[in-house]
Amino acid sequence: MPNRPQPRFPEPNSQPFWEGAKRGELLYQQCNSCNGVVFYPRMLCTHCGSLDLAWKQSKGEGTVYTYSVVRQNRNPAFSDLGAYALAYIDLDEGFRMMSNVIGVADPTKDVSIGQRVKVEFEKQDSGDYPIPVFRPV
Amino acid sequence: MANQARDAAIVGIHEYPLRVAPGRSAMQIKAESISKALEDSGLKYSDVDAIYDTNEGEGGGGLGMSHYLGLKPTVIDTTAVGGSSYEFQTAHALRDIRAGKANVAILSYGSVAASNRTPIGTGGGTGAGAPNWQGNMEDSFGQTLIANYAMVAHRHMHQYGTTSADLAEISVSTRLHATRNPDAVRAMQDLQFMGTGEISVQDVLDSRVIADPLHLLECCMVSDGGGALVIASAAAARGAKKKPVWILGTGEATKYRENGGDITVSAGAQSAPIAFGEAGVKPEELDLAMIYDSFTITVATILEDLGFCKKGEYKDFAKGNRFRFDSALKPALNTDGGGLSSNHPGMRGLFLLLESVRQLRGESSSQIANAQLAIAHGNGGFLGGNHTGGSVILARD
Ligand SMILES: [Zn+2]
Repeated sequence: MPNRPQPRFPEPNSQPFWEGAKRGELLYQQCNSCNGVVFYPRMLCTHCGSLDLAWKQSKGEGTVYTYSVVRQNRNPAFSDLGAYALAYIDLDEGFRMMSNVIGVADPTKDVSIGQRVKVEFEKQDSGDYPIPVFRPV
Repeated sequence: MANQARDAAIVGIHEYPLRVAPGRSAMQIKAESISKALEDSGLKYSDVDAIYDTNEGEGGGGLGMSHYLGLKPTVIDTTAVGGSSYEFQTAHALRDIRAGKANVAILSYGSVAASNRTPIGTGGGTGAGAPNWQGNMEDSFGQTLIANYAMVAHRHMHQYGTTSADLAEISVSTRLHATRNPDAVRAMQDLQFMGTGEISVQDVLDSRVIADPLHLLECCMVSDGGGALVIASAAAARGAKKKPVWILGTGEATKYRENGGDITVSAGAQSAPIAFGEAGVKPEELDLAMIYDSFTITVATILEDLGFCKKGEYKDFAKGNRFRFDSALKPALNTDGGGLSSNHPGMRGLFLLLESVRQLRGESSSQIANAQLAIAHGNGGFLGGNHTGGSVILARD
């Protein structure tokens, strides 16, 4: 299994997101006052300053906004992966998250901007929290 | 027509000449640079009443520097916003001098990143350290600093048709300037560059890819180094040895990953208009652009954001070796050799100011004929994530 760095706690902003990941749910926040989408998780609405945020579940489908295939990373958790695609994914609900595009034969050729992708939760040797990564659909 | 306000000026500079300085600490590099910058200015040690410090290395910030130097300044500023900290601090020094709170200010930088083998570009995503809200959303994905900038490059290519060959123009001109700067040549030798001579666009494209689409020769070096500068009020500047270089305008801004945001636009798009407006200067009037060249894409993006060309038009703007110091087209770019080929110990912002001053004094190793106006624009942090933009417009006396 992969051995990616785990989220670290206590960290109350992101803990619900990661508890969601354990259940196979990709969570984001939405403001009850202005309906603005908030991501990364935090305490207040970045659109209006309201503290009234609700957790929502994403369908986990989106597009690759941009990416880079990393050829060199000194961190052993990643240097063992070979070349891998780091990406920003624009989820259909309107939030942008950092992740990886996986499951392609050659990330230098098989990943592209605008590509449709879907989340999956990758189990880890490094700990209990599975990591949300994206696979082309 | 540039504004006529002449409230504060850079009157003393020093760039630490070595890029590999084993046995030195960051504090020693800072202190030596401060002493020599004050010597360059002709002002006295005891004249210093303001310290600006980024708290890098073992620095200790405004408090630690005061202690180390044995000074008791009455303006203490520990603005630390990454590589653009020095542009921010210059902005604050201008503000503080205008307010009558400071008379003679010092900024300094020291780093032994090369001797410590700090993996600035290829570390990243360690998953170590104290838990924090952003790290928990990023550290699992193996983002290196280079890969973050590379994501900007990919998106820029996608939106505007920019190519790696277009970006390579920056590496080529910068290297030409480095070959004319003895300290840069020594830096490349000491850091064991494969070659220290001029390079071509094809050389850049043939160098290995570190993080698609960025090649090795599009990435800055990791060096030791540092420097210092002295900023004085108009009254104090009259006592300086050399002609003052006036600070005409400054701008500060932040940017970060945003839902639906445009990653090809940097914080410079917000900071630069503020600086140009205050200075009463237009981009096309500038003789020199000192832009933080952590990577080629940083410069391409920022040239657009500063208004030298429209967003997305870098690829046409860059043609014809226009960035050389002896080009008929303004502005010349990074005439000291840049972070790509002269000096990058982690936070390059100070060197942007130092070379601007050298040009406006007529002291550069790649001197622009009759240089009158320059911009130093620092970018701190991750261009495709959290970052700062600091713009400083400078004028010859
Ligand atoms: Zn709201």
